[in-house]
Amino acid sequence: MNRTPGRFEAALRSGKFVVTAEVTPPDSADPQDVLKAAKILGSAADALNVTDGSGANCHISSVATCTILSNAGYEVIFQMSCRDRNRIALQAELLGASALGLHNVLCLTGDDVTAGDHPQAKRVFDMDSTQLIQTARIMRDEGIFLSGRKLSAKPKFFLGGADNPFVEPFDFRPLRLAKKIQAGAEFFQSQYCFDVERLKSHMQKVRDLGLHEKSFILIGLGPLRSEKTAEFLRTKVPGVYVPDAMVERMRKAQDKRTEGKRICVEIIQQVREIQGVAGIHMMAYKQEEAGAEILEEVGLGNMTTKQ
Amino acid sequence: MSLLNRLREYPHILEVAYKLTERIVEGLKPLLKRIGYERADRYFHVPERISKGWVFDCKMCGQCTLHFTGMTCPMTCPKNLRNGPCGGVRLNGFCEVDATMKCVWVEAFERSQKMKTYGDGIFEIHPPLNHRLAGKSAFINILSLQGDEMPAVWKTQTGLRHE
Repeated sequence: MNRTPGRFEAALRSGKFVVTAEVTPPDSADPQDVLKAAKILGSAADALNVTDGSGANCHISSVATCTILSNAGYEVIFQMSCRDRNRIALQAELLGASALGLHNVLCLTGDDVTAGDHPQAKRVFDMDSTQLIQTARIMRDEGIFLSGRKLSAKPKFFLGGADNPFVEPFDFRPLRLAKKIQAGAEFFQSQYCFDVERLKSHMQKVRDLGLHEKSFILIGLGPLRSEKTAEFLRTKVPGVYVPDAMVERMRKAQDKRTEGKRICVEIIQQVREIQGVAGIHMMAYKQEEAGAEILEEVGLGNMTTKQ
Repeated sequence: MSLLNRLREYPHILEVAYKLTERIVEGLKPLLKRIGYERADRYFHVPERISKGWVFDCKMCGQCTLHFTGMTCPMTCPKNLRNGPCGGVRLNGFCEVDATMKCVWVEAFERSQKMKTYGDGIFEIHPPLNHRLAGKSAFINILSLQGDEMPAVWKTQTGLRHE
């Protein structure tokens, strides 16, 4: 390895249970708004993921948000999706990100344009996530573009991919991780976990293939605010599975906020016990306070660990 | 379900048909080379478009990977993914984008597991498409390009035998 690990990578390599948190870039040209979006979870997480037009909704760009946050001292993970850029723009952005000191890159295929606020847009998908990972690795290790042209300085990436153990084809999912690892993925972050049993059987296969020793796997989760949020997540957000029992629990609860937090805490406690899980990825859009309280409750918050 | 659609449920038979066609085209190589690949493409791409269009809903990307993806065309995936499913597959195994269609990759994976010769091809890392080949005959492209359709570094990195 020709690079010094960043804080995120170092935390994973140290063996501690790592926490990452998702930041949605605001709809604003004011850097203060960007800092505000990161404030609550920023101090609790080891690194902040900055989404790239997640759900195909338009926001301030991921690379700009990452730069603002990185300059403010946060460790960031730059999310990059293949939906909006062809291979020329993708490689240009990868190089630019590294030059700005953004080395943690999560390579994604991206939600389809029809999921977002510009369903009329042209979908690009010139590459898929696996190809993007491989391309970034080639740039880093070989010091060239895909065209073969030489780079005068190599980028220093720590590369990640997404995992979704909760949707079909279940038997292909672990093998797909293997494929991404072969392409160059060093860490994974998963979709929302509301079904721990499904995750356990997925992780069993991951361990059988020895993939947990070749990569760091972080499990995505987050609090439900109400049964309506649960319904929204499972019908409107691509790839999220919320079991009926979970929705029912939210419907019956008197204090929805507390119940949503309790469910999340229970999931974290169970996920922590699964061998091969390197950490969690907190997705708590518009519920950052609740997210921070949950981390505090399970002993992963800033009050307990960062003092 | 139409007869042609039902045919897709027999990937191991389609695989044999594919292999046979590939052999025949391979055997014609000296002749095709004499005619010139560019000219040969004119005779090939129409029948190819019609036959593969009927059976596989082929999109004529010109870099056929059917045999590596369970004899299921990945170009019918709205995101044109060549290396596996996205994370947006619906609970019933249907497509994130088109809710009336089963996910191409759910079918591709199931079918690939029934294939003896090319079944494991689904686990290889397939290169980004060369868009200049769209609309041309994939069989002719295989003969004339010998893998040069992909970035040179891709070939050396993956050792991909793209035929």
